[in-house]
Amino acid sequence: MSAQTTTQARQVPPTSVRGAAMRGVVARPGQEAIEAKGWLRAHKWLLLRRLSQLGILALFLVGPWFGWWVVKGNLASSLTLGVLPLTDPFVLAQQLAAGHWPYREALLGGGIVLAFYLLLGGRLFCAWVCPVNLVTDAAAWLRRRLGLKGGKVPSGSTRYWLLGFVLVIAAVTGSLAWEWVNPVSMVHRGLIFGFGLAWGIVGAVFLYDLLIAPRGWCGHLCPQGAFYGLIGRSALLRVSAARRSACNDCMDCFAVCPEPQVIRPALKGAGQDHPLILDGDCTTCGRCIDVCGKDVFRISTRFDRSES
Amino acid sequence: MALAAGLYSKQASALPATALRPPGALAEGDFLAACVRCGLCVRDCPYDTLKLAELGDGVASGTPYFEARKIPCEMCEDIPCVVACPTGALDRALTDIGDARMGLAVLIDQENCLNFLGLRCDVCYRVCPVIDKAITLERIHNPRSDRHAMLLPTVHSDYCTGCGKCEKSCVLPGESAIKVLPIRLAQGSKAEHYRRGWEEKEAAGQSLIGDQVELPVRGLEDKAYGDTRVRPGEGPQPGDAVPARPAGSGLDSGWKP
Ligand code: SF4
Ligand code: SF4
Ligand code: SF4
Ligand code: SF4
Ligand code: SF4
Repeated sequence: MSAQTTTQARQVPPTSVRGAAMRGVVARPGQEAIEAKGWLRAHKWLLLRRLSQLGILALFLVGPWFGWWVVKGNLASSLTLGVLPLTDPFVLAQQLAAGHWPYREALLGGGIVLAFYLLLGGRLFCAWVCPVNLVTDAAAWLRRRLGLKGGKVPSGSTRYWLLGFVLVIAAVTGSLAWEWVNPVSMVHRGLIFGFGLAWGIVGAVFLYDLLIAPRGWCGHLCPQGAFYGLIGRSALLRVSAARRSACNDCMDCFAVCPEPQVIRPALKGAGQDHPLILDGDCTTCGRCIDVCGKDVFRISTRFDRSES
Repeated sequence: MALAAGLYSKQASALPATALRPPGALAEGDFLAACVRCGLCVRDCPYDTLKLAELGDGVASGTPYFEARKIPCEMCEDIPCVVACPTGALDRALTDIGDARMGLAVLIDQENCLNFLGLRCDVCYRVCPVIDKAITLERIHNPRSDRHAMLLPTVHSDYCTGCGKCEKSCVLPGESAIKVLPIRLAQGSKAEHYRRGWEEKEAAGQSLIGDQVELPVRGLEDKAYGDTRVRPGEGPQPGDAVPARPAGSGLDSGWKP
């Protein structure tokens, strides 16, 4: 087994995505970082992120559970403290494609959310809000721990085709067809309003990521992630591999990153000269910052091209 | 894949007959384009009438509906569910809850409805928020006892909002004898080719064929035309000799095999 791994490693350059995936198979990424900076600092962004995900969920849940109505509704559309409407622009886009022009609240709510992600980073939604991220992160973690290898990963562009398909099918059927199966809204709605058989969809996503395609759902298929990736193309908040000269090629960042292909240009200077991760697919989860023992990464803005 | 999605959406857009949309809901096709499944209508319903469909409920998952036999709509005057909807899936043009058409009540089981059995239950009639308009008790002769009336609960589509209060309160232990159905199931189509004489007459202000000749009825000559009621003491009395009938006439021809 180890002999096989080493021969494979020789053929596949370690700084490639596949190389990282293969190293992820054998490594517990982040060990070095824990030794260098302590457990807490090596999990800082992860903890903050979980806090954000669960906190947002809690805001939605204290209403139905305890009658404290901070937020009503769900991620598709909500009303905070009775005044602030928020609407998911992805659902709104489907609605417009289906040929329905909504009331002002929904448009305003969609505008607010859209502006937020346009400005700060589209896939912040994925890393900091989306409840499915908990599921796929768990699958990725278990996959590393169990040392599961291989699998059949669809091309990374599949999600953009799927996004197009979602909008086309909305237009053709004149309904929010994707929302019948969308795991993202289904999980969130399920947690707040009741699941029914939607557990099956959560289980399917988990098993798909665990057994068939590593990071398959969020990294390759989810049209909602693709949508937010697109609106985050020019967002301010970016991760920078500012201290990339200190990188010792441990590849831990590649192993934990849900979108490992975005790291290489910044870290290895492939096709760009600055250390910014500008790819819209980066979810700004900050996990690479956590697991790097050499403190290569930091969160910065897209204008900060400095290196240290 | 497109085909599968299309089939699925078609299948999913067929609402089960007991699932009713909230007041003001757009027609089902438009509703499925408009509703984002946020549940704000559900949250603002003070009676917990509405719920969001879960996968497996047979209603497009995440869309709001209610089942009248479980919790009916209380027809709130301020219609908070409609006010809460941010998308227009529930149409704010509905400002008078009396104009809501969530469905149409139908007295579907005439064999078990207590009023149809000749009893005075009347519960569905009494609870109706639009009593005496949406639902009335129509008095007809009870042919079984021959001396009582039956008061038949009768729904009128001009006024019934489909709130389901009647279905909820029907006293039968299991299924209700009166049910709110989607209007498309509850109503037959109009027989357009059939002219209703009385409506034509009203529209024209007079009978289209002129006054009818009033022929006298033998034995009722002293009564108003059309009045065929016979009071005690009138007509043949018990003990009166039965007029002899010429053999071979009438219904009983006397023929024997
Ligand atoms: S890719 Fe989709 S499922 Fe994954 S975190 Fe983003 S929105 Fe959620
Ligand atoms: S590059 Fe870093 S911040 Fe971006 S997705 Fe990967 S691990 Fe997360
Ligand atoms: S009218 Fe009132 S009772 Fe009926 S569904 Fe709306 S909020 Fe609920
Ligand atoms: S409030 Fe409107 S959009 Fe939201 S679930 Fe109810 S009907 Fe649908
Ligand atoms: S559904 Fe029943 S209670 Fe409601 S308006 Fe119609 S007849 Fe009346």
